[in-house]
Amino acid sequence: MKLEFDIASGDFSKAGRASSRIKKMLKQLQVDTKVIKRIVVAIYEAEVNVVAHSVGGKMIAEIDGTGITVVVQDSGPGIEDIQKAMQEGFSTATKAVRNMGFGAGMGLPNINRNTDDFTIESEVGEGTKLTFRNNF
Amino acid sequence: MRLSEIIDLTNAKVVAGNTEKDHNLQRAFSSDLMSDVLTLDTEHILLITGLANLQLVRTAEMADIEVVLLARNKSATPEMIELANETGLVLLETPYSIYRSGGMLFKNGLAPVY
Repeated sequence: MKLEFDIASGDFSKAGRASSRIKKMLKQLQVDTKVIKRIVVAIYEAEVNVVAHSVGGKMIAEIDGTGITVVVQDSGPGIEDIQKAMQEGFSTATKAVRNMGFGAGMGLPNINRNTDDFTIESEVGEGTKLTFRNNF
Repeated sequence: MRLSEIIDLTNAKVVAGNTEKDHNLQRAFSSDLMSDVLTLDTEHILLITGLANLQLVRTAEMADIEVVLLARNKSATPEMIELANETGLVLLETPYSIYRSGGMLFKNGLAPVY
C-alpha cells in the first residue's frame, strides 16, 4: 500500500495532515499503538521540517506486511553539515517557526530515536531526502 | 486523576472533546515547546501549555495526548476546536497560570512525567 502527499512550504495550518492520514491508516490495520506512535512522531517531525525549511516537498509512505517505509524529499537549501544537524539543540529555524513551538533542534534526533532505520541525504542548494523505516 | 477533578481543581472550561468518555490521567507535563512534547513516550497524560495554535492540537494527536489545558486565559481558536473535535482531543481553558494549574494538580496527586 502506497500513500503520497505533497507538503507545501510555510503552510503550518496544514502541517500534520499527512501524518494524521497515515496514523488513521495504521490504526485501521490494527498495528500496535506503540509502533504507531513512534512512526507518526517521526513522520510529523519530518513534515514540520519540510514546512519550516524547504520550498516544498513530497512524502511517500509504503506499508508492507512487515513494516512501513517513509521517504520525505524536499527542494530547498539542503543541510550543510548533517552531523551538526543531527545534534540535539542545533537549529537554523526562524523566529516564526520557534513561535509555533518548533525549531528547538530536536527534530532530526527525534526521528532517529523513533525509527528502526534512518538515512539522510542532502545536497546544498538542492534539497534533502530522508528515508526511514519501522518494523511492525 | 479523573477529568472532572482536573476541571474542578483548575476551574477550567471545556471547549472541545467528549467529556462523557472516562478519561483517567496518570501524569501531566507542561511545555510551550512542541518539540519537547514530541519526545515523550508516556501515555495518558495531560498537557498544560500556554501555546494556543493549530500545531498544539496536531502535536497532541501525534503524541497520543488525551487532554490539553490552555493556561492563563489562552483561548482556543475555532480551527483548533474543530480539529480537536475531529481527533477526539479534550481541550480545556483555565484562568490559572501554568504554575498554579500544575501546583494544584500535583498537590492533589497527579504525577509528573519527569
